[in-house]
Amino acid sequence: MNHRAIRAIYLFEMARTWRTLLQSIVSPVVSTSLYFVVFGAAIGSRITEVEGVSYGTFIVPGLIMLSVLTQSIANASFGIYFPKFSGTIYEILSAPISYFEIVLGYVGAAATKSIILGLIILATAGLFVPLHIQHPVWMLAFLVLTAVTFSLFGFIIGIWADGFEKLQMIPMLVVTPLTFLGGSFYSIDMLPPTWRTVALLNPVVYLISGFRWSFYEIADVSVSISIGMTLAFLVICLIVIWWIFRTGYRLKN
Amino acid sequence: MSSIISVANLSKTYGSGFKALKNVNLDIKRGEIFALLGPNGAGKTTLISIICGIANPSEGRVLVGGEDIQTSYRKARSLIGLVPQELHTDAFESVWATVSFSRGLFGKPKNPDHIEKVLKALSLWDKKDNKIITLSGGMKRRVMIAKALSHEPQILFLDEPTAGVDVELRKGMWEVVRGLQQSGVTIILTTHYIEEAEEMADRIGVINKGEIVLVEDKTTLMQKLGKKRLTLHLQNKVTALPESLSHYELELCDGGATLVYDYDTQGERTGITSLLGDLRAAGIRFNDLDTTQSSLEDIFVDLVRTS
Repeated sequence: MNHRAIRAIYLFEMARTWRTLLQSIVSPVVSTSLYFVVFGAAIGSRITEVEGVSYGTFIVPGLIMLSVLTQSIANASFGIYFPKFSGTIYEILSAPISYFEIVLGYVGAAATKSIILGLIILATAGLFVPLHIQHPVWMLAFLVLTAVTFSLFGFIIGIWADGFEKLQMIPMLVVTPLTFLGGSFYSIDMLPPTWRTVALLNPVVYLISGFRWSFYEIADVSVSISIGMTLAFLVICLIVIWWIFRTGYRLKN
Repeated sequence: MSSIISVANLSKTYGSGFKALKNVNLDIKRGEIFALLGPNGAGKTTLISIICGIANPSEGRVLVGGEDIQTSYRKARSLIGLVPQELHTDAFESVWATVSFSRGLFGKPKNPDHIEKVLKALSLWDKKDNKIITLSGGMKRRVMIAKALSHEPQILFLDEPTAGVDVELRKGMWEVVRGLQQSGVTIILTTHYIEEAEEMADRIGVINKGEIVLVEDKTTLMQKLGKKRLTLHLQNKVTALPESLSHYELELCDGGATLVYDYDTQGERTGITSLLGDLRAAGIRFNDLDTTQSSLEDIFVDLVRTS
């Protein structure tokens, strides 16, 4: 294993985060705080409790997931797209490094950033509402699993995209709507039965439900199904990446 | 001299159906400077890209240092440093950081002394803390060479290394390349500047339309294909040549003041002796004469035209 190469890519990507600190960390924290003000204060004054938890507290896991999902995709897709765009990818492709190691470097850095961001948002949330995490280990496990899975998904988007427009398209048109409709700000039990069934087709529901369970032991779907669905998505992403490197799709042809 | 790179039956067909390489066979000798010449779109960069792992071959096999580039890619690629044609650099990294990154990418432990040596050799030492975006084009080109040398490769690919580099800097780069060769590095360069190949290369390969047209020692090539030109400066201007000289393919220039005769140095007969005799018989006298050797550029243009 070329661990020095993995380290070089990882540190290079992390250095980019520190260089763009305002955009990478501060901006998501500010927008999350705004969600608290708008949703927590405005809607929270009308919905006092959801399943025994105050509304402001209830939305914390959903808000963290919202940021972790979008930032994982953004970080990983940009991380691999930019070398393709600028041409510096030649160096990665000509280095004595396996595909697995390339993915480990890029996805590891993207996931690290998202996890740090998730924890910062958690700390920020603690300033607005009282927080108690029932299963901290599971909470961390869900956070890491989601960050890694969606960083892999972002990596795929970054390889697939051949322009900045495509780079934005999936996060904007697919992921953000799915996250908003995935129960970030409400329990899907609050939906009419038909829409509840439709909502269960949304994979993000399972992520948020499982994550919320680790906080308050309340969930829209069983925890094991949440973990199963996330792992299934992880495996799908891994298979797609394996195929990309095996065929050289948009990299070597 | 043993081969350090061995290319056998290599072909590359792009998704569009374009055949960039057609059954290429080529051996690069250890320690030589090999110049690959060819017009735009001939397949030079595709060939280099496949050897370095950037593009997948459609058919054929490449060995680098005896290692297969596909089944033993780690060993093969660790021997190679690549300076691509385009200026692909990070913008916001410092020179030191980007060169150190390249070393790490090739799995080598940190070695600040080596990086310092490389940067000094390329006159980049005083720019080591500068962001790459602030550097001139020539400096960026040198940064790319520094990146390629960061992991102490045995083989260096230079794809158009001096494109857009001023004359002084170009000569400086030639010095660096010669120094590398003396330290045992094998160098493969592609260039549009024929004088660069003429100046630097031990051997020359010509590629055209995806096929290797010729591989030859530079001096042998010059001798073998080199034509010479005899120019006679006439005493009196001539308006037309007499019939007795028609079989010589002579050319009257400068309004009839000079007579030009091209001949092949490798031919059984150059025809010079008889030409001079026939000129004398025709009463055409000359004050002076000179001969010139055709350059590599002339040879190259001839080859590409006929292939």
